[in-house]
Amino acid sequence: MKEQLFKIVDAARTQGAQYADVRFLREENEILTVKNGRVEGLSKITDEGFGVRVLVDGAWGFSSSPTFALWERVVREAVEVARCSGLARKAGGIRFPAGPAVTDQYRTPFLEDPFAISLEQKLDLMLKADAAMREVPDIKVARTSLGFLRIEKHFASTEGSYIRQDLLESGGGIECTAVGAGDVQKRSYPNSFGRQQLTGGFEHIRAMDLPGNARRIAEECRALLTAPTCPSGVTTIILDPTQLALQIHESCGHAVELDRALGMEASYAGTSFLTPDKAGSFRYGSEIVNLYQDGTVRNGLGTYGYDDDGVAACRTDIVKNGIFVGYLSNRETAAEIGHTSSAANRACSWNRIPIVRMTNVNLAPGTWSFEDLIADTQDGLYLITNKSWSIDDKRINFQFGTEAAYEIKNGRLGRLIKNATYTGLTPEFWANCDAICNEKHWGLWGTPNCGKGEPSQIAHVGHGCAPARFRNVRVGVA
Amino acid sequence: MLGQQQCERILKEVLECAKTADEAEVSISTNESGLTRFAENYIHQNVVERNAQAKVRVVLGKKLGFGSTNRVDADGLREMVERALQTARLSEDNPDFAGLPEDRGPVPTIDVFRPSTERFTPRRRAEAVSRLIEACKAKGLRASGAFETGLREYGIANSKGIFRYQPATVADFNTVVMSDDSSGFANASAIDVYDLDVDALAREAIDKAERSRHPIDLPSGEYPVVLEEYAVANLVGFLAYLGFNGMAYREGRTFLNEKRGQAVAVPGISIWDDGLDPRGLAQPFDFEGVPKQRVDLVKGGMACDPVFDHQTARAAGVANTGHALPAPNSYGPIPLHLFMAPGSTPKAELANGITRGIWVTRFHYVNPVQPRQTILTGMTRDGTFLIEDGKLTRGIKNLRFTASILDALQRVEAIGASTRAFISTYGSTVVPALRIGSFSFSGATTF
Repeated sequence: MKEQLFKIVDAARTQGAQYADVRFLREENEILTVKNGRVEGLSKITDEGFGVRVLVDGAWGFSSSPTFALWERVVREAVEVARCSGLARKAGGIRFPAGPAVTDQYRTPFLEDPFAISLEQKLDLMLKADAAMREVPDIKVARTSLGFLRIEKHFASTEGSYIRQDLLESGGGIECTAVGAGDVQKRSYPNSFGRQQLTGGFEHIRAMDLPGNARRIAEECRALLTAPTCPSGVTTIILDPTQLALQIHESCGHAVELDRALGMEASYAGTSFLTPDKAGSFRYGSEIVNLYQDGTVRNGLGTYGYDDDGVAACRTDIVKNGIFVGYLSNRETAAEIGHTSSAANRACSWNRIPIVRMTNVNLAPGTWSFEDLIADTQDGLYLITNKSWSIDDKRINFQFGTEAAYEIKNGRLGRLIKNATYTGLTPEFWANCDAICNEKHWGLWGTPNCGKGEPSQIAHVGHGCAPARFRNVRVGVA
Repeated sequence: MLGQQQCERILKEVLECAKTADEAEVSISTNESGLTRFAENYIHQNVVERNAQAKVRVVLGKKLGFGSTNRVDADGLREMVERALQTARLSEDNPDFAGLPEDRGPVPTIDVFRPSTERFTPRRRAEAVSRLIEACKAKGLRASGAFETGLREYGIANSKGIFRYQPATVADFNTVVMSDDSSGFANASAIDVYDLDVDALAREAIDKAERSRHPIDLPSGEYPVVLEEYAVANLVGFLAYLGFNGMAYREGRTFLNEKRGQAVAVPGISIWDDGLDPRGLAQPFDFEGVPKQRVDLVKGGMACDPVFDHQTARAAGVANTGHALPAPNSYGPIPLHLFMAPGSTPKAELANGITRGIWVTRFHYVNPVQPRQTILTGMTRDGTFLIEDGKLTRGIKNLRFTASILDALQRVEAIGASTRAFISTYGSTVVPALRIGSFSFSGATTF
């Protein structure tokens, strides 16, 4: 493998590339779906190929193929495409600072290899969860899913780097839909979008205890059918960690991608209100808000050894004591503003170019216990598990809906509420964050469906957080 | 491009490997494309990709197993089938499984492959992009966007006689042109790249960006609106997804459960799905190889029928309309080739009669809030204008809408006389622009 990859980057250099890298990926994906007691999907998917990225005369080119049989053609294409990019080249050319030659290996730490667990064991767990949900009246659809992903990834560059990474992800979840009383309601566990996913092994699935939580979730789902609708007004809200993770994702994670801030995603995902002139001075949130990116934290879905620039994963500050201080970046974009890369250059597959993606964008824990936080809240809503999401193309105006909510009255959780929504403007919202729970309540949440780029790329990223409270939030929009 | 002969060889080879199964289905999908992406007036990403993916579904009694690989040589295909058979053996019975569909005869042949698109080079894409960039530079504007050309093949066969193959080419150009405080958008897609008028698209986006400079704030509230085709396509796509899935209908989860046969829009609104109409990305058969039928979704304002695949049609005891998604699919069938009937009002006259309203070029990041009520939320983007006395007078800062699609369709006052076609990964949408008497904007942003 190593010899083949260096042959490729050497050929690119011979044909005029000032820099070239090549990634080979081999992926194995196992997906299991049970719906209403029926095993609907039991898939084994394999996918492999390589992509060559070249910088020629200050312009990028990329080509890819599933088979090394075409490697010479792929290199020629990548160089030719880069020369075509030169027809509308960036003034002065792309700046791509030199990096050291790195030779290393990285392996995702895990306890139990999910591919070594029998299908019978997996299906038994899923069918138990499925049955528990369907014991509850009015549950029309019960769906349980598990997914496991193993990636073997090799990277070589003209700088002499050769890095092998063996990455492992495990995910699972349950969701149910209740139909009755003229309404349709849905609940999910541990997270929406079908699953909670982390790097690591089957230990994550066991920790979820899907069968043990299935009936509770189904009963809550049924109760939503006759629950009162979220009132309209301005109130205090507390976000559970799953909803807060998506709030961080949309209003911070994407906003601090430096390629967006520099306009490189303008036509599709959009740009960012956090322009480079704001770094170091702009008040993003209240003084207790500390956000950072960390590609090294164990179990994070955005955790790896090296990014696709060959830069080692690291931890850097994004918001410090409420002030915006740093971006997610790669070698190219960091150089534009005189910074160093935060090792966030990632492609979702061998046939995609790497672009700036989230790693694990985390909110540092605060000091509150969850019980004290509820007790300290006179009037408000506790919002649980995302149902809908939307944010503008500069990441300012957002609106979220959650699957469930509970009233908070006089320091106690009260009635279940349905169709809860809230909306706001990013800096105002985070400025009104006045309490964050402590590390005992802090956990990592995976977002395995983060879309960006053209052609489309779906990235797996993570967010760590604990429940947090926000004042003066508009709720009940729809 | 593998070509018909090679695709058919793969289909036959997989069926042969899977002959120990009671039933088997195999598909092959390939793509070969190039995409030139630009931003801040330079080409910053320029890529070529090719791939071929084979999928197999094997049936042992009532047990199902699935496999997929992009290693389409003999060893890769054989290993894929073995994995699928192994998972089927270890699986549980699915008593609801209705078997694979049988071949009911030939499907129509529709030519959606253009060698001109297949042969379009990266240099030609870069030259077209360069013209847009130069036009923007001359006006002090910044261009971003993407120009993609490529080909796809899809073949499917099963052990009950279905054997289909369809190649297609697609070209798509989109651009957002920005000034310091405004932006404009244009997009078009076509089977033949030479049907794309890139220079006209450039003029459209530049014009929007220039006319929406110095946008003003407008408070949220109810406004009459003109939605351009880009925005209408977004809403119609969600309506089809949320409302006309035969499985969701069977499960009582869509508005159609209450509204089927009732008026859900003004009489001028008709929406249908037609995989055979070449004005969209025609695809004569679905992902199970079943011929696609034209299905009326909304006719003369009345809600009609959901669409079905083999499994859901059997369960409902109705005819299969040919709307299967790729297996395994636990989400049910979805209309993917959408059309809305044009009206009689020239687009340029849609704002006539609006004293104070909003012209929306397109929406951004739209998602359902309450799916059964078809309530969506999303932002306006890249060309939002104030309409005063029938004229677009100035740009306004972008607004968030939270509104029901069905409510909006009941308030349509005029329908554009022309349509635009948009092609996506799996289908297409062909719609006119609309004037809607009242549309709910729930918030505003700062740009």
